[in-house]
Amino acid sequence: MRLLFFALLCCATLVRAGEVPVAVAANFAAPAKQIAADFEKETGHKATLVSGATGKFYAQIRNGAPFEVLLAADDETAARLEKEGAAVAGTRFTYAIGRLVLWSGRPGLVDDKGEVLRKGDFAHLAIANPKLAPYGAAAVEVLTALKLPDAVQARLVVAENITQAHMFVVTGNAELGFVALSQVLKDGKVAEGSAWIVPANLHQPIRQDAILLDKGRGKPAAEAWLNYLKGDKAKAIIKSFGYEI
Amino acid sequence: MLSSPDLAAIWLTFKLATITTLLLLLIGTPIAWWLARTRSWWKGPVGAVVALPIVLPPTVIGFYLLLIMGPQGFVGRFTEWAGIGLLPFTFGGLLVGSVFYSMPFVVQPIQNAFEAIGERPLEAAATLRASPLDTFFSVALPLAKPGFITATILGFAHTVGEFGVVLMIGGNIPDKTRVVSVLIYDHVEALEYGQAHWLAGGMLAFSFLVLLALYTLTGRKSQ
Repeated sequence: MRLLFFALLCCATLVRAGEVPVAVAANFAAPAKQIAADFEKETGHKATLVSGATGKFYAQIRNGAPFEVLLAADDETAARLEKEGAAVAGTRFTYAIGRLVLWSGRPGLVDDKGEVLRKGDFAHLAIANPKLAPYGAAAVEVLTALKLPDAVQARLVVAENITQAHMFVVTGNAELGFVALSQVLKDGKVAEGSAWIVPANLHQPIRQDAILLDKGRGKPAAEAWLNYLKGDKAKAIIKSFGYEI
Repeated sequence: MLSSPDLAAIWLTFKLATITTLLLLLIGTPIAWWLARTRSWWKGPVGAVVALPIVLPPTVIGFYLLLIMGPQGFVGRFTEWAGIGLLPFTFGGLLVGSVFYSMPFVVQPIQNAFEAIGERPLEAAATLRASPLDTFFSVALPLAKPGFITATILGFAHTVGEFGVVLMIGGNIPDKTRVVSVLIYDHVEALEYGQAHWLAGGMLAFSFLVLLALYTLTGRKSQ
């Protein structure tokens, strides 16, 4: 009899512990992984993370992809999905605000005021595609705000996303580039090369919004994941990766 | 409709595919000839290297090209030493990538055509005191013509369809490295589906017509 009771209890927890498929912006993949590990330990639910470009996720979600939560790289995609009825209204919130950094793998190339952009001592400056990536759009705003000579424009190399922009700089093919602070931060410091953390007033804030998608409506695991993301523990992890919140 | 960046990308793609195909016919023909005729132990390894782009994901090729053509890579060091500068983000770099990427599509049809000739016509030419060079140009090349037609069409079309490699080493620079396939990807990602359709539909029609021409031409030959 007691055995049966335990068997039932076990099944009951199995039913309650769910799995939530989450589409995660590529720049947020690392913190999301860390948060997911804690989330699973504390709630028993499992978050299955898929990282990629937000624009691609949009197209996939509109065409029936099984994601229940979206952690976007911008604040437009979630709003758009909400408006089009593909996400649950009223569940959208900003989970992280990204910081932009001008970074080079070479120590000493980038000074802490970004004067290197004026000196023009480089052949290639990598940015993410401003049409597709919020970090790319922010980089273009910074270049405009600094009123840089047109010569800099001719040296831009445009990566498809912030991950590729980072790769262009890491491999040395571009001497420097605008990347996400979260990509070059290790234990709270810029670990390698030289960097200028761009003052936040030089560009629009890079708000990254999360939303509960239509497929996650009424799913306890999906709701638990979004709540967990708003909690203090998750916020501490998010901040440790160089985001603000 | 097509905007001026679209037209610039179409022209660039055409230019890239044309030069790549010409270069490949020049480089690929001796390689194909050697592969078709040799009994050397090296036939296997060389054939495998030529065929690599068929099985490797283009992102792998692009990633390694980016590394070896970069400032730390041996090709990058060589080009800097030679005063050419670094190849990534230039049209020349794209050309190098495309030649490697489309190599099997040019070499293999030519190699097959050379192998199909067999020994006899070549021996006959030799008994008529034709020099090896003369034999190659007056006997082997004309007999292998269908192979060259297939190689030219496939090499050109495959370069037009190139995407992953360009994405990795291109840097999306207008008039230099922004080809049609990358621009389609940008349009789709930016949710500009209308513009994407014009280019993507055009690409679909082009590819179909090219393959139709290929199969009609070679089909007639074999009948």
